Amino acid sequence: MKSLGSIRRSFAPWADPNSVPFIAVKNVTKKFGDFVAVDDLSLNIYPREFFALLGASGCGKSTLLRMLAGFEQPTSGEIILDGQSLAGIPPYKRPVNMMFQSYALFPHMTVENNIAFGLKQDGMPKADIAARVEQMLKLVKLDKFAKRKPHQLSGGQRQRVALARSLAKRPKVLLLDEPLGALDKKLREETQFELMDLQQELGLTFVVVTHDQEEAMTMADRIAVMAHGKVVQVATPPEIYEAPNSRFVADFIGDVNIFDGKVSSAGNGTVDIAMETGFTVRVAATEPLATGTKAGFAVRPEKIRVGRDRPACAPLNAAQGEIWDIGYLGDMTVFHIKLKDGKVIKASSLNAVRAVEDPLGYDQEVWISFDENAGVVLKD
Amino acid sequence: MAKFGSALFNRLVIIIPYAWLLFFFLIPFFIVLRISLSETAVAMPPYLPVFDLASGFGGFIDNIKQFSIDNYIWLTEDALYTKAYASSLWIAGVSTILTLLIAYPVAYGMAQAPNTIRPTLLMLVILPFWTSFLIRVYAWIAILKPEGLLNQLLLTLGLIDQPLIILNTNWAIYIGIVYSYLPFMVLPIYSSLEKMDHSLTEAAQDLGCTPIRAFWRVTFPLSMPGVVAGCMLVFIPAVGEFVIPDLLGGSETLMIGKTLWNEFNANRDWPVSAAVATILLLILVVPIMFFQHAQAKADAEGR
Repeated sequence: MKSLGSIRRSFAPWADPNSVPFIAVKNVTKKFGDFVAVDDLSLNIYPREFFALLGASGCGKSTLLRMLAGFEQPTSGEIILDGQSLAGIPPYKRPVNMMFQSYALFPHMTVENNIAFGLKQDGMPKADIAARVEQMLKLVKLDKFAKRKPHQLSGGQRQRVALARSLAKRPKVLLLDEPLGALDKKLREETQFELMDLQQELGLTFVVVTHDQEEAMTMADRIAVMAHGKVVQVATPPEIYEAPNSRFVADFIGDVNIFDGKVSSAGNGTVDIAMETGFTVRVAATEPLATGTKAGFAVRPEKIRVGRDRPACAPLNAAQGEIWDIGYLGDMTVFHIKLKDGKVIKASSLNAVRAVEDPLGYDQEVWISFDENAGVVLKD
Repeated sequence: MAKFGSALFNRLVIIIPYAWLLFFFLIPFFIVLRISLSETAVAMPPYLPVFDLASGFGGFIDNIKQFSIDNYIWLTEDALYTKAYASSLWIAGVSTILTLLIAYPVAYGMAQAPNTIRPTLLMLVILPFWTSFLIRVYAWIAILKPEGLLNQLLLTLGLIDQPLIILNTNWAIYIGIVYSYLPFMVLPIYSSLEKMDHSLTEAAQDLGCTPIRAFWRVTFPLSMPGVVAGCMLVFIPAVGEFVIPDLLGGSETLMIGKTLWNEFNANRDWPVSAAVATILLLILVVPIMFFQHAQAKADAEGR
C-alpha cells in the first residue's frame, strides 16, 4: 500500500517508538451521574503537535478538553502533562491555557487589559507586561485596537483577542474549543491557515476541539475521531480519510458510498467481495479475510469514474446505473446514480475544463467503475 | 397609509410614558412646589394664595407676586430639619449597605443554583409581597419587642440573660428596612449575575485567578449595574421612609418622613411640609443626575 502518512515536513513523533508523549491521557473516564461522557479513554499527544478532537456534539470531546484545562476532574484514570500528573491541580495552576468557544472576553476591560489579565495574575513586572501585550497584539495584527472594548470589535477581531489572551502566558499547551465556530466561512478558512502558521512559529502544542471535519482535516497533524466517549480512530488526516478503520469513521468523515457483501474469494493481496447489489469488487486488502465472511466496502465519490462506455475492468469493480440527480458545484459536479438494484450512489468529477462536449444528462444509462485501491474493506 | 399609521403608532408609544410622567410626576410636583411657596393660613385649603379662575389673568399675576421662599429659609433656620435630613440619609445609607451585604450572596446563590430550582427561589424572594407591607412591619414588633420572639428564643438558648432592647432603636429601623427592601436589591443583582456568561469566570481561572480573585476581578465588576440599580431602589425610598421609623423606631429617631408627617398632620402646615418634600426630592435627584451624567460620559469614552 502506498504511503498515507504525514504530509507536513515529515513530522511524525507518534510513529517513533522512542518519542515521549507530552500529554498522556490514561484510561480516563468521566461520568455525570449515570451519563458516561468519556469512557476509558487513552490518548498520547506529542510536543509541538496540532491535535484535533473531532466528533459530533455530545461525543465527549469538550469534556476531555475541560479535563485537560482542569474545569472537570476525571472520575477515574489520569492525565499526565510533561511528565507531571494533573490530578488535583486546579485550573489556575496548570501550565495550560484555553481559548473558549464564546471567547469569554472580559467585557469591562479593553483589549490590552484582556491580554494582560493572565500576566498580571502572575505578578509580572509592568514593563514586561506592556512589552508582552504589544508583542501579542502584533502577532494577531490588532495593534490599532488596544484601547477598544470587546463589544467594539468584529467577530474575527474578538477571536484574535481571545487567541492573544490565551497565548500571552506562553502556555505549554493551548486548548482551543471550537475556535472558529463563530466565524463565517471565508474568515474561517483564512483563520485556519493563520492558526497553523502561528502554531509552527511558536512551537506550541495545540489541542483543538471541533465538530467541523474540514477544519480538523486542514489544521491538524493528527485527528482523534470520537464517538460516545471513546476514540474510534487516531490518525493523520489522509489516513482518516483514505483508510478509515470503521464504518463510523468512513461515514463521519466526508462523503462515502458503503456497500455490503460477502468475501467470495481471496487472492494475492486482494479480496473479492460479492455485493448484495449484484456486482463484485476486487480490492487491495491489508489482511487476509476468510471466504464467506461479511464485509463492507467503502469508496469515496471522487474515486468513482462515470462514463457511457463499458469499462475494461468489467465485470469487476464496475456496475451499471442511471443518472438520477446532478449537482453542479462549480469546481466539481456530483452525480447521484441509481444502480440496477435501486441503490443510489454518489460520484463526483472535477470540472477541470470549462466546457464539456455532450455532458452527461439526467436519466442517462452509465457505467460506474473504480480502481482496485480506490476503496477500503470494512470488517465490521 | 400603512406608513402613516405606523408613524402614528410610534409616536403614541413614545407619548404614553411621557404622558404618564406628566400626569403622575410633573403635575403633582408642581402642585407641591407651588404650595411650598405659599403661606400658612387658617383656611380651607390651609394656605394662601389660592388661585381662582374667576379673578382672571390679573388675579393670577397678583397671586404669583405673593409667592415667597420664606418656608425654605425657615428650614435652614431650624436645626431640626437639617438633622432630620442628615439622619435620614445616614439611616438609609447604613440600611442600603446592610441590604447589599445580605442580598449579594443571596442573588449569587440563586444565579449559581441549577436552572430547575431558580424559578422556585425567585418565587420565594417575591413571596413576602403577597402579604401587606404594614402587617409584615407589625410582625416585626412582635419579634423584636423585649418579651418578643427573638428575645425569648435567645433567653431560652441561654445566649443572653437580659432581654435585648432592639425595638424603638435605630437597629429596629435597620432591620425593618433591610427586611422590607431586600427583594428590591436581590432582583436586579440576580438579573445581572444570571445573564453573565459562566465561561468568563472559567477564563479568569484559566488565566491564573483563584476562584475568589476571579470573583473580585470579573464577576463583581460585571454585576455593578445590578448593584447600583439595587442600591438606588433601596436608598431612595428608604430616605423618605415613614412607616418603618414610625412603627419600629424610637422617640429619638429623627427621619424626614416622620418630620413631614408631623408638619402635615399635627401642625397642619402644608407649605412647610411641601418645602420639606421639595428639598428631599432635590437631595435625591441631583446626585442621581450627576451619577447618570458621569456614567454616560464614561460610556461615551469607552466607545
